[in-house]
Amino acid sequence: MLNLVRETIVSYAFIERNFNLLKRYMSWEILFFSYSIVNALTIGLIMVGRGSSEDVLYLVIGALIWGFLSIMMREVSDAITWERWEGTIEYTFMAPIYRITHLVGSCLFAILYGLLRTALVLAIMPFFFGEHINLGNANWLTMGVTVLISSLSFIGIGLMAAIFPLLSPEKGQAATGIIQSVLLLVSGIYYEIEVLPIWLQPISKISPATYTLRSIRAAMLDNASLESQISNLSLLLIIGLLLIPLGFWVFYFGEKYAKRVGRLKRSG
Amino acid sequence: MSRVLEVVRLVKGKSVEQPIYGLTVRGVTKHFYRSKRTNGKLRFHQKLQHMFKREREVIRAVDDISLEVNIGEIYGILGANGSGKSTLIRLISTLLLPDAGSIHVFGDDVVTNSLKVRRVMNRVSVEASFFKRLSSEENLIYTARLYGIPAPEAERKSKQILERLGFDANRMSEEMEHLSRGMQQKVAIARALLTTPMLLLLDEPTTGLDPKSKRDVQAFIENIRQERNAVIVLTTHDMVEAEKLCDKIAIIDKGRFIAEGTVEELIANASSQNGAPATLEDVFIALTGKGIEEEE
Repeated sequence: MLNLVRETIVSYAFIERNFNLLKRYMSWEILFFSYSIVNALTIGLIMVGRGSSEDVLYLVIGALIWGFLSIMMREVSDAITWERWEGTIEYTFMAPIYRITHLVGSCLFAILYGLLRTALVLAIMPFFFGEHINLGNANWLTMGVTVLISSLSFIGIGLMAAIFPLLSPEKGQAATGIIQSVLLLVSGIYYEIEVLPIWLQPISKISPATYTLRSIRAAMLDNASLESQISNLSLLLIIGLLLIPLGFWVFYFGEKYAKRVGRLKRSG
Repeated sequence: MSRVLEVVRLVKGKSVEQPIYGLTVRGVTKHFYRSKRTNGKLRFHQKLQHMFKREREVIRAVDDISLEVNIGEIYGILGANGSGKSTLIRLISTLLLPDAGSIHVFGDDVVTNSLKVRRVMNRVSVEASFFKRLSSEENLIYTARLYGIPAPEAERKSKQILERLGFDANRMSEEMEHLSRGMQQKVAIARALLTTPMLLLLDEPTTGLDPKSKRDVQAFIENIRQERNAVIVLTTHDMVEAEKLCDKIAIIDKGRFIAEGTVEELIANASSQNGAPATLEDVFIALTGKGIEEEE
């Protein structure tokens, strides 16, 4: 119990550090935030005047949720890239903490940061879309639960992606980008997965983003209850529960490999 | 007194078939692979061949090294650039896994019991390595939290250490990138000492510092030796520093220890072999055949 309390306090170090870094790089944050708003707007505006308010919301949900899930996935991996560039990774790895504490701290920051940024973008949307977006029919409980459950899967993917920058910061970032773009293509972010070529559709079925968007769209567009989404959410939970330990396992072996071949040295 | 109790706690219950040293390294070897360098210009087809079929060469960074450091002792490692000093320090500090041999810190194996070892150890490297846009205070509090030290205590301790090192504590809120190299290195030393390590690994802590900062750091190391019963390993290029601070010195070349002993022993042994060297630098040149700053 005492250990659990200690490890929780220790994991706060990563949250505090990342928020401190965020403050120091505020100009970059403003840029990323503006980009998220413009991205959601430009995608949503495609449908204004061409389709119904549901069609506009369909695309805006895609843009917002994709933004949130990619933050989730990227932040864990970026935290490692950053530490490799600054050369602090050796000091973090030398600290007397369990790796799980380190990674949980980074994941918690990713969730908080992702929620904060997405909530801000969501809050701004009505100023631009006005009557074109109707959130009166939304089931926020279903949406919230879906976001939380899907975070597990994306953290799992993030943990696996974090191994790339651990081994090579530059190539690692590119590798994370590739995983991200494949998920963007196959997960039905802006279209139904049925429009994809048949040979790509099986990959859609294993992407957690597919189920996340399905449930969130049902919640936001059709006021779907939690009960109606049980099968979808269970599947998402199973994927998350498999991906998180798999992520830790992959990271553990990646760390061992990095220590064997000497990849923890400062790079960049 | 509390330091003595700490040492007793660390070695309690461990096998006493052999005396337990603060640090024991036995037959440690570490090699790396690197792509074989090609001489001269390659033709196109050779380049293609080289891309797909890279030949690798083995670099023996640390080659069968053994050492023992007693509690309260400063052990110096002298070597040219690329001689294997930092690799050895990384092996001790659990950042690299040895290919052969074993390393024990207060009786605990650094590979199988790394978490326990990491609790009692810290390191200062030649590169300060911080989050450059964070202040020294933020960097130090981050480290302290990783070691379970509450932020107010970390702030108080950091201030004390930094002031003793001649660092103006009023500059603790400045971003690291605005501090000079010497000041950054002092913060790096504070980061290591904040956690009250029983094993302190100092990897060229004074390289690149101005004479004043160098003197401050050396005086501080001297103070730590007097105040604590810590085990200190110091790698350096500076012969005077090694002579002044170290109880025992090893000379490393191409990953191997080629001599070990007190300054007097090293000078005496080298004198008998190669004439009459008068200084540690002469001993170093006589044994390695090169100057200390020379790249391999």
